[in-house]
Amino acid sequence: MSVETVTQTANGSSPEHLTSASYQNNPYPVPDSQREPLVLGNPSIHDVTEKIAGIVEGKTNLKYWLAVLICASIAGLGFGAIGETVTTGIGVWGSNNTIGWAWDITNFVFWIGIGHAGTLISAILYLFRQKWRTAINRSAEAMTIFAVMCAGIFPVIHTGRPWFAYWLTPYPNQMQLWVNFRSPLVWDVFAVSTYLTVSALFWFIGLVPDLATIRNYVKGKTAKSLYTFFSFGWTGSMRAWHHYEIAYMILAGLSTPLVLSVHTIVSMDFATSVLPGWHTTIFPPYFVAGAIFSGFAMVMTLLVIAREILGLKDYITLKHLENMNKIILATGMMVGYAYSMEFFIAWYSGNEYERTVFINRAFGEYWWAYWSMLSCNVLSPQIYWFKKARRNIPLMFVISIFVNIGMWFERFTIISTSLHHDFLPSSWSYYTPTMVEVGIFVGTIGLFLTLFLLFSKYLPVIAISEIKGIMPGSQPVHHHDEEHHH
Amino acid sequence: MSDSKNIAVLGNFKDPNKIMHAANKVRESGYTDFDIYTPYPIHGLDKAMGVKRTILPYISFGGAMFGLGNAVFLMWWTGAVDYKLNIGGKPFFSVQFGIPIMFELTVLLTALATFVALWALCGLPKWYSDLQDDAGFNSAVDDTFVLSIFATDQRFSLETTTKFMNEIGADDVRLIEA
Repeated sequence: MSVETVTQTANGSSPEHLTSASYQNNPYPVPDSQREPLVLGNPSIHDVTEKIAGIVEGKTNLKYWLAVLICASIAGLGFGAIGETVTTGIGVWGSNNTIGWAWDITNFVFWIGIGHAGTLISAILYLFRQKWRTAINRSAEAMTIFAVMCAGIFPVIHTGRPWFAYWLTPYPNQMQLWVNFRSPLVWDVFAVSTYLTVSALFWFIGLVPDLATIRNYVKGKTAKSLYTFFSFGWTGSMRAWHHYEIAYMILAGLSTPLVLSVHTIVSMDFATSVLPGWHTTIFPPYFVAGAIFSGFAMVMTLLVIAREILGLKDYITLKHLENMNKIILATGMMVGYAYSMEFFIAWYSGNEYERTVFINRAFGEYWWAYWSMLSCNVLSPQIYWFKKARRNIPLMFVISIFVNIGMWFERFTIISTSLHHDFLPSSWSYYTPTMVEVGIFVGTIGLFLTLFLLFSKYLPVIAISEIKGIMPGSQPVHHHDEEHHH
Repeated sequence: MSDSKNIAVLGNFKDPNKIMHAANKVRESGYTDFDIYTPYPIHGLDKAMGVKRTILPYISFGGAMFGLGNAVFLMWWTGAVDYKLNIGGKPFFSVQFGIPIMFELTVLLTALATFVALWALCGLPKWYSDLQDDAGFNSAVDDTFVLSIFATDQRFSLETTTKFMNEIGADDVRLIEA
């Protein structure tokens, strides 16, 4: 018996079975049966295919292409601004000797943070067997990958000569120099590139069975051959599913510490320096919580629109949105705690530079950034204590935008306020962005939205096979008993 | 007609309980060369079929060790052997500053090993299947569970296997020829 138990746990089926056999029409009354259903309208398994593959097969309208055109134009504007930076030099930015990391690094941290919610949903909620994730994991993972791509642009152009960006990696060269492995900036290179690679692999593995479903659904010749190619000839063989489920579990298990490590290392870019306002041990957990907070806000912004336009209200239900709002409230409280703890420690440390930096942060020249951050991140989510608010769609859209803005200001506040007053009053300075910097940032938003629009049309926006597997009646009842009866 | 070869006998199921029952029956009857195609993984079906536990985790672990070893070697050899560079009096190599990169490379190589091993073990990519013209088989990625007993199985015979399929409750039992 004990051997069997071990095998069951290891192949991943047992915990699922034990904790929620309730999904099925089983005779025992369990709390689960009183829960709100995850998919509304009681569709059949085939209806799910029709719905999701139907989005891919459906004709695009003028509005869609207009939206793509607008977003792509904005992205083009951003690339123009990057071109200006590269051809003229970093001098076209507002950064100066005192404030060397300004908008650029703010934007890097902002985008990297956005990505974290996708991994949280796809990996951490998977390990915790949170079935509601199946409706939103695909789009959240897509968002992760696009956000990390946007993030990657910033440090590369910050080098000033992006064609030498490969110098960041250790490779044998004629100068016989290696990178400095003691530097957190090098850790960052490894963390971000690992994060992008692993997220992309995880996403692709999840996509393969769904691409096979779409392959058999679409009619067009080009579409069919493309989906055939990328679905790798997936047949749905249970022998393949057996390997697949283990691989999925391993990748989820890897992504979980990975996502925590990425923002931890990003925070070390700051925390390992000796600058007041940056040199604090609270940074890693504080940054990770903030990343998840901002990422969930971005998922919310996108999904509220997508479920409306793609007609997915039965799949991405109010229950899903409410759950996400609860996470936004919880992580918002965590960053709120971090903000106050930073202040407390600045006072408690007895270090006058630390104190001065924090007083300057709240009441100095950048007071407007600090208070925007605080009101957007800490005050605005408080409304989610009320269930009515958590289920109010226009309200959650507005709050998600507030959080996006607030989390951008958080990074800006941390970077600019700590830098603009350094130890030498004669070098104190102020930073205002130039149009080129604004253009690059707005351009990455355009790029992100363009990619998301293309994704929402040409790939399955909901994990088809996963949602089928959690629908009522989709799994056998009491299959373990059956074996014992023989 | 004379050179047509039997490939497999296929039968469809719609009910997850019935396919689970059928899988047990097929395994108990001694068939080994069979497969079930499903639109989503069915909990416990692999076990009912008698599928041996995958070796994938061992390959992943190999990837992990390879990644970790590489990270340690890379940092130690470049920093403490090939080009010693004194930066602020810090050690040329130590485990403490190496932890982030050791972790990242371990994760990276584990993920890559898992990815490659997954497709290798599944025998994919393979863009051709002997069953691909069968409509029922194609609906296995939609909403049908398709049981297939292959002609290569030692116990396969057209009559008895077809009869057996009907007995265990398969719909639309059919022979696939190539």
